[in-house]
Amino acid sequence: MERATIDLWVGMFVVAGIAALVMLAMKVGNLGTYNVSESYQVHAYFTNIGGLKPKASIKSAGVLVGRVTDISLDTERYQAKVVMSLDKRYQFPKDTFANILTSGLLGEQYIGLMPGGDDQMLKNGEQLKKTQSAIVLEDMIGKFIYNKAEEPAK
Amino acid sequence: MSVAKTIGMIGHRSINAVWRIGTATRFFFYIMLYSASSFRRFHLIIKELFSTGVMSLIIIIVAGLFVGMVLGLQGYETLKRYGSESALGVMVALGLVRELGPVIAALLFASRAGSAMTAEIGLMKATEQISAMEMMAVNPIARIVAPRFWAGVISMPLLAALFSAVGIFGGYFVGVVQIGVDEGSFWSQMQSAVDFREDIMNGVIKSFVFGTAVTVIALYEGYDAPPTAEGVSGATTRTVVTSSLVILMLDFVLTAMMFGGT
Repeated sequence: MERATIDLWVGMFVVAGIAALVMLAMKVGNLGTYNVSESYQVHAYFTNIGGLKPKASIKSAGVLVGRVTDISLDTERYQAKVVMSLDKRYQFPKDTFANILTSGLLGEQYIGLMPGGDDQMLKNGEQLKKTQSAIVLEDMIGKFIYNKAEEPAK
Repeated sequence: MSVAKTIGMIGHRSINAVWRIGTATRFFFYIMLYSASSFRRFHLIIKELFSTGVMSLIIIIVAGLFVGMVLGLQGYETLKRYGSESALGVMVALGLVRELGPVIAALLFASRAGSAMTAEIGLMKATEQISAMEMMAVNPIARIVAPRFWAGVISMPLLAALFSAVGIFGGYFVGVVQIGVDEGSFWSQMQSAVDFREDIMNGVIKSFVFGTAVTVIALYEGYDAPPTAEGVSGATTRTVVTSSLVILMLDFVLTAMMFGGT
């Protein structure tokens, strides 16, 4: 098959387009940084999850260790069930503490894991027993007003 | 004008529009039917890829660069008020990958390549080249239309990806190099917020759909054009107008399907 300059140009165009896609995937997207395949699932119950959303990040000591995969309401205990998928590289003790935290004052919410001291490690499908709910601003203001009202008048 | 005449005119226009949609659909199925034979002669597609894809590169790259730069500048001005300049990368990347990349690239593609396709085919028809092909028992849809269709469908996602990539660099240039937003947070926040499947692949799917729509409209308008100078010019105008509107409408529908309701 004879080769024409047109083929070279078209080849360059296709290569540039695919390179742009790869660059988008690796540098802009999260394909290069976070691998979903090597993960294990744990779940936890919270009395109030605040503004937590699926895909929210899970951090331990500030490092991204996983993502929230599913949030649902458990109607037997009326608590929110949060399923998390954690990176296989990071193992946590059984008595790890899960807190719902907020990045910055008005930022998005994420789950912070505080490792405990248990010898046994969490396995796939197990439950994080110790949790702390999200801090809801209205509750805090309510408590504050209540405390103020309790104080004796000067 | 009497009322009856007005109603009659509206009815005539509507029936005509539905008629054209029907014929365009039949035309689309013919393209699909004869695609196999045009893939067997791939050099025809290569030739059309050159004139639609490669020749659109410059306008796509320059437009992408400037759109990204404007996004960087405007985004910075707005985000500065809330003290979250570090989210500039997220804003630029999501805006480009999800919406502006596919849509603006498709609009540019419609006016750069779509109009050329319509004019070319319309003129072929006006100079009776298409009838001549039929006389020689060459199927004009397999020989002329299908290669152009596939060239458009292949090049559109590539052009949109290039547009987004160049635009992000434009935003990077204005935001990080000129204004001085922190480079680390620009890229790392972008990476943690942009999802490959949710955002990038959906953008690619969008541009694929736009590419199909634009090329079908352009080819149909050309093939359907009255074989006169006036007819060809009218068909070219209709290509740009119709495909721009269709792109924006499809964009709303696709966005509602992909990102809405979560």
